[in-house]
Amino acid sequence: MQKIATLVKKDILLELRQKHSFYGVILYIAATVYVLYLSFPAAPEPNTWNSLFWVIQLFVCINTVAKSFLSESRGRMLYFYSISSPVDFIIAKLIYNVILMVIMSLISLILFFVFLENPVNDSLKFTGIVLLGGFSISLVFTLMSAIAAKAQQNAALIAILGFPVILPQLMLLMRLSRAAFGEVFREGAVLQLCGLVMLLNLAVGALAFILFPYLWKD
Amino acid sequence: MRTLPAYHNFAPLFEKSIALRKHWWKILSLLLLIYTIIGGFLLDVPRLFILNETIRNLYFHVCMWMGMMVLFITSVIYSIRYLLKFNYREDIYASNFAAVGTFFGILGYLTGTIWANYTWVTDQHQSLANILKEPKLIGAAIALLIYGAYFVLRASFTDIDKRARVSAVYNIFAFAMLFPSIWIIPRLVGSLHPGSPGSDSGNPALNFNDIDSRLRMVFYPAVIGWTLLGVWISTLRIRFELYRDKNVLHG
Repeated sequence: MQKIATLVKKDILLELRQKHSFYGVILYIAATVYVLYLSFPAAPEPNTWNSLFWVIQLFVCINTVAKSFLSESRGRMLYFYSISSPVDFIIAKLIYNVILMVIMSLISLILFFVFLENPVNDSLKFTGIVLLGGFSISLVFTLMSAIAAKAQQNAALIAILGFPVILPQLMLLMRLSRAAFGEVFREGAVLQLCGLVMLLNLAVGALAFILFPYLWKD
Repeated sequence: MRTLPAYHNFAPLFEKSIALRKHWWKILSLLLLIYTIIGGFLLDVPRLFILNETIRNLYFHVCMWMGMMVLFITSVIYSIRYLLKFNYREDIYASNFAAVGTFFGILGYLTGTIWANYTWVTDQHQSLANILKEPKLIGAAIALLIYGAYFVLRASFTDIDKRARVSAVYNIFAFAMLFPSIWIIPRLVGSLHPGSPGSDSGNPALNFNDIDSRLRMVFYPAVIGWTLLGVWISTLRIRFELYRDKNVLHG
């Protein structure tokens, strides 16, 4: 537990010291949303807005999470290998990426509200769904980034590997977010969908614990 | 005193029976497929509105998906075995079963396209965008995208041990995520596909209670026949690769 906390703290410290990558991702979000803003003559319809938002979330996540393994040099990985267990290491990475992605999700949500207007009926509910979404997407892409890092590849490979895997969750999230757009759901259906997303997250987590040790040793 | 006949007289017979014991399933596959093609085109089928004679596609199209799933499951099992033992042979098995499974998936798409052309397009005037949103098509597309990514991932390695290990990890992870999607997506998207919740049968999977007994007579042998053929093709590819890499395997 202590080890995990230390590893997370190390990642956050690194992030704070090398602010360029953090601000880089924020600028990436801002530029993307601005391009969207200019390319739509009027504010997009709620359904289009919803789809655009989630697709942008995917690309933001790739940019946020991609560097988590690619930036670690070979020597430093060897050092981590000698001081911590693979399970501690992957948990720390997952926690750190979830924190980062939740922050980025909120920033992109605010920018969407500012530039593309707010078609959401229940903003609080939608924010909740966005946080859940950021959480799920970052889990999958953390593992994909670990795999892509082994192949010495760039962010493109993360996208190829991750998109088919994240699709079911993304469809669930898009469906779920229509609840915040004023669509009436069957009693308890919203909770059921949330439960399903969390269940999938649990599965991703479990697979990460089982499979990461095999990626780790070289 | 009677003498027993010399062993060598029996030897050819004995060897033949070993060959038969080893290869009977290939003969079975061939016989079943001959039966599928002859019976599939000539035997009587139920006459249904819109479907008409296209119902015979059941013997080809649906069998491709079943064969694909069997081959993918086999591939994942070999990937798990690889991670347990780190034997390079298992990686050759896993990748070739995945390759033939992908080929079957593409054939499944092709046979489905021909079928949809005569039912959904001409008789029901569905647009292409509508057809591609079918849950079964989404599931199949995800499977093909996953295995496409699997081969891109494999191609980006030069070190064979690393390639085997990392691609095994991806194979297991992606496959484990594929099953929930096959289970969840049909419940999110409406469907026209036969054997789906939108249609009369009420089951997102293929409804086995719903099949006419005339279809069953050919369908079950066809599934077994095509699947065995897929395994046969895979073993040929595997033998070729084992031979090609024999220096790596034994050196």
